[in-house]
Amino acid sequence: MNITPYIFWFLSVMALFSALMMVTSRNPVYSVLWLISTFFAISGHYILLNAQFLAVVNIIVYAGAIMVLFLFVIMLMNLNRETEPQKNRWLKLIGALAGGCLLLVMVAALKDAELQSQQAMVGTGSIGLIKVLGKELFTRYVVPFEISSLLFLSAMVGAAVIGKKEPAQTLKS
Amino acid sequence: MHLLAIDIWFILEKVTLIAVIIGLSFFIAMYTTYAERKVAAWLQDRRGPNRAGPFGLFQPLADGGKLFFKEEIIPLTSNRFLFILGPALAMITALITSTVIPWGASYVDGTTQIALQVADVDMGILIVFGIVSVGVYGIMIGGWSSNNKFSLLAAIRGASQMVSYELPMGLSLIAVLLMTGSLKMSEIVAHQIQHGWHILYQPLGFIIFFVCALAECNRTPFDLPEAENELNFGYHQEYSSMKLGFYLFAEYINMFISSAVMATLFFGGYDIPFVDESAWGLSPLLFSLMSFAVLMAKVLFFLFVFIWIRWTIPRFRYDQLMNLGWKKLIPLSLVNMLITAALTLWLNK
Repeated sequence: MNITPYIFWFLSVMALFSALMMVTSRNPVYSVLWLISTFFAISGHYILLNAQFLAVVNIIVYAGAIMVLFLFVIMLMNLNRETEPQKNRWLKLIGALAGGCLLLVMVAALKDAELQSQQAMVGTGSIGLIKVLGKELFTRYVVPFEISSLLFLSAMVGAAVIGKKEPAQTLKS
Repeated sequence: MHLLAIDIWFILEKVTLIAVIIGLSFFIAMYTTYAERKVAAWLQDRRGPNRAGPFGLFQPLADGGKLFFKEEIIPLTSNRFLFILGPALAMITALITSTVIPWGASYVDGTTQIALQVADVDMGILIVFGIVSVGVYGIMIGGWSSNNKFSLLAAIRGASQMVSYELPMGLSLIAVLLMTGSLKMSEIVAHQIQHGWHILYQPLGFIIFFVCALAECNRTPFDLPEAENELNFGYHQEYSSMKLGFYLFAEYINMFISSAVMATLFFGGYDIPFVDESAWGLSPLLFSLMSFAVLMAKVLFFLFVFIWIRWTIPRFRYDQLMNLGWKKLIPLSLVNMLITAALTLWLNK
């Protein structure tokens, strides 16, 4: 028997449980921490699929950078259970409706998906290794890659422009 | 019956290695605190700790004992779970980083081969970065859950400082990776053994990396999260007993690990300079131990430089710190990266 299924089940349970806790916990700081735990579980799945680069980048970018920003905002706004606005009943009802619709769409989309023919390649394949991935990105997918980098650049410039201090207003006589 | 197909010897080998490395990290961190006080005393023309044992060598033990026996105070208004999680996270992230560092040449004896490295994975140095970027949480959670304005301010300072200095650190590292062509730590060392240390080709990259390492470890001149004159004590203000000890200790372990990373990336890892030690025909055990000792010598040198800088250079102001990081180090490391890329392309043509 192989150890991979055990790790898979452990990681899946961890991911689902953390995601549930993230949604249900009242304290936003706990939510962020549960989300980080979810990211780690997903990174574990990537490692099982031998997508090492994706796993590490997922940790660096999501768990390391984006969640730090989330935590910054939450800590600085000092959101607590008392200050969290209570949503009214209608919002909850509509939320349940929207969730149900999403479930229907998911069922419709996954109905025809054949699970048998698309088994995950566990622990094999080299597409997730950095050498292969880099070559693919810079040869076959170079145009989408560069376009997405341009998008990032424009987002960065936008953030810099918005974050820039207004020059002190001088009175013109 | 074989329930799980696990190689017991493999697990045993790795567990032993991990235990040794963790023990070593603790030991070195312990004596770095002693070295810090001794070097400080030396630079300030004092004697330093000299009561506990010969030359005060038992001072770290006494400090540790004191921290363990101190009363533990958890503030009433703090978030109890997170308050305990903070120092634990700081310690865990400080220790995990050591997994991918090659601590010495592999022990090769006939068919058995034992690598002095816990995991020689394809991602190598990126894993170090991943863990370092997660290391922010120890400080942030500890500072926030203390429910103290000073702690919170210090935590936010520390986190933004670490996030900012990760960027030039990564960019200066790209230049090294361009030369090596691999992220594997073992291959980075092997490349340096063959082609000379990276410090010869990447002096600017090393300086940037070193400055960023100082900032990542919250060491002077970048120890703004612990600026006593503005923040009383820093993000661990409300901590007492061994929880405080964990925070302080994690800092020293971080210093140790970042010294090891710098030695590996820029100073040839376990390579002995100027000679080809693999041609000496030493016995494999001696060879491995010697390479490990060489790496340790380099690490101890870096630790000394860390301490030396702390007692020489005064603290920056916070805006100066941010200006240095974003407006000087990032452009510098970008230029360094571009030049290295162009030269690599030109020379390999």
